[in-house]
Amino acid sequence: MQKNLFLGVEAIGQGAIDGGISGVYAYPGTPSTEITEFIQENELAIEKGIRSKWSANEKTAYEAALGMSYAGKRSMVCMKHVGLNVAADAFINSAITGINGGLIVTVADDPSMHSSQNEQDSRFYGKFAMIPILEPSNQQEAYDMVCEGFELSEKLEVPVMVRITTRLAHSRAGVVRSEVLPENDMVLPSDPSQFVLLPAIARRRYKGLLEKQEQFEKTAKKSKYNVYTKGEDKSFGIIACGIAYNYLKENYPKDDCPYTVLKLSQYPVPQKFLDKMAKHCEEVLVLEEGYPVVEEHIKAVFKKDIQVSGRLSGALPRDGELNADLVAKALGKETQVGADVPELVVNRPPALCQGCGHQDMYKALNQALDKYTKGRVFSDIGCYTLGALPPYKSIYSCVDMGASVTMAKGAADAGLIPAVAVIGDSTFTHSGITGLLDAVNDEANIVVVISDNESVSMTGGQDSSALGKIESICTGVGVDPNHIRVLTPLKKYHDLMVETFEEEIAYEGVSVIVFRRECIQAAAKRLRKAKKMKDNPNK
Amino acid sequence: MKTDIILAGVGGQGILSIASIIGDAAISENLFLKQAETHGMSQRGGAVQSHLRISDSEIAADLIPQGKADLILSVEPMEALRYLPFLSSEGYVVTNTTPFINIPNYPDVDAVLAEIEKQPRFVAIDADKIAAEIGNKRASNVVMLGAATPFLNIEPEKIEAGIAHIFSSKGEAVVEMNRKAFKAGLEFALANK
Repeated sequence: MQKNLFLGVEAIGQGAIDGGISGVYAYPGTPSTEITEFIQENELAIEKGIRSKWSANEKTAYEAALGMSYAGKRSMVCMKHVGLNVAADAFINSAITGINGGLIVTVADDPSMHSSQNEQDSRFYGKFAMIPILEPSNQQEAYDMVCEGFELSEKLEVPVMVRITTRLAHSRAGVVRSEVLPENDMVLPSDPSQFVLLPAIARRRYKGLLEKQEQFEKTAKKSKYNVYTKGEDKSFGIIACGIAYNYLKENYPKDDCPYTVLKLSQYPVPQKFLDKMAKHCEEVLVLEEGYPVVEEHIKAVFKKDIQVSGRLSGALPRDGELNADLVAKALGKETQVGADVPELVVNRPPALCQGCGHQDMYKALNQALDKYTKGRVFSDIGCYTLGALPPYKSIYSCVDMGASVTMAKGAADAGLIPAVAVIGDSTFTHSGITGLLDAVNDEANIVVVISDNESVSMTGGQDSSALGKIESICTGVGVDPNHIRVLTPLKKYHDLMVETFEEEIAYEGVSVIVFRRECIQAAAKRLRKAKKMKDNPNK
Repeated sequence: MKTDIILAGVGGQGILSIASIIGDAAISENLFLKQAETHGMSQRGGAVQSHLRISDSEIAADLIPQGKADLILSVEPMEALRYLPFLSSEGYVVTNTTPFINIPNYPDVDAVLAEIEKQPRFVAIDADKIAAEIGNKRASNVVMLGAATPFLNIEPEKIEAGIAHIFSSKGEAVVEMNRKAFKAGLEFALANK
């Protein structure tokens, strides 16, 4: 069997192709981005014409994936955990409409917040929507679960969530592929009212979803991914969810764990396993990446005479990623540690690249605002968020996609004048347009900076939905064309940039200043590609 | 056989290309491999690490436990020190001595190198200088790969074959230059370990 060295995200991309998808929908977000990139670049996917371009945001992505499912074809939608907040309306309701073609929603959580604003656990969302969740423990399971997950979705007639975390997403291991499944034919739902969530229909369908819960649990009980192994030592029972199972195994390299173990990779949690464990064990330890989802659940269903430990009890830290050392400590095992980090070692935080246009924009903005008190700049999610760090220290907020525009508006409503929003091009089309419309309708006195580097840069330079459209979008939303200014953020234009800021700050209304210069990473990539084409024209 | 390696550097220095050459060699030897990478925000000039685990039996965790790494392979001297808690008591530090200074408070370089020299087992190599002497500064990562090879438990010939494979699309001259870089690193490590 040939092994492919795949990142977890690549295994998921390959699993979706081999599982017979007709389309993948996504907005870039670490650690989920490379799933879609893998499909975009995969030869088989290109040959089959699998639809894979980037969507404007996670909500539009989710709805389009649901539309493809409506038409009978298999589709996958991918996002990072906070992206599911954006798509939540479509997501929760899609559990009620159910699906036609198999639909997988793959969500990549980021415990320890390597590249995120929070570490919310998508299993809560899965539970909230009352749909089955698959949580792979390794790259091979990630491949298999996605490849087989469309059939599961079609059998249970609901979307299925695949939940991974950063560590699995960005770790490579050998993966064996299975047979490539054919795509579905286009077939519309047999019940024409299935997707019409008028109250009368929604009530009926919701009852249907509630009735299906037992079937979901039975399916999880039988799942090959959930494995119950009885142990000799009755003092402990261990529930190891998803990748946490590996950290448990790491502590028993000879496969000699004396305790009863439930490897849990498919939800809802099968009650029968819990009952068995309750009979056999004195204490239950829950190992789970993210929030104490299973720990809370079993605390509620177990009798009080069984002690439950995990992230809530303090056996494991309440926040952050797990690892084999933390699990060893929870098991009361000894751990080793090497030498201390010498005191002279300092942090090396990420920074804007040398030559990046955001730098020139922030320098001009800082000078223009120098005469006012601090705390007037609201920003957003992207490379330019690094403007919060020295030497710029320009911005005072980074909350969620699009919040710069609306928070600046709210602060201006409260009397903070001038108030400035700094947003990137792709973030603007993701969730900034509607906020700008609010500002125009309310005649808010704000300056909106769109720092346009013509790509989605923080996630690695994906195509931006905003490319070539920003001025026309702003005009269309109702911004006065005289107050839509376009500049090139370069050192030589510094004075012009400062002057423009001053003019637009003086204007009592909505101003948009677009600072447009290609991301230098994207430019370098483009030049490398052009050189490669020149050297190897046949490739 | 089991080798646990922490690769360290700064985002943009290309530690993942080193990992992929070792990974290729391991897979061609039918070994098991797990390699956890850093993507996302840190890639913008921040500290980055990769945990690379190679074994002839199945590997459980994607991350190396503390105190268990056999090797810290760093393309930057201060970054080598950041991961010392992961190094086992028998482990080796193999590091480039050329600093990558992109922060205003980078410590005194001599003090950093003195800390490296305090380690019980280390190879400190000026890979940038060696690469420049060979004719391409960009080959410094391949020099580092050569310097790490005595500690990988994979035959040097297999790694060399991996280099030839990875650079083959760039022409024989590039392959040859990288071969030289690899050998220079390997020879240095064998003489100075």
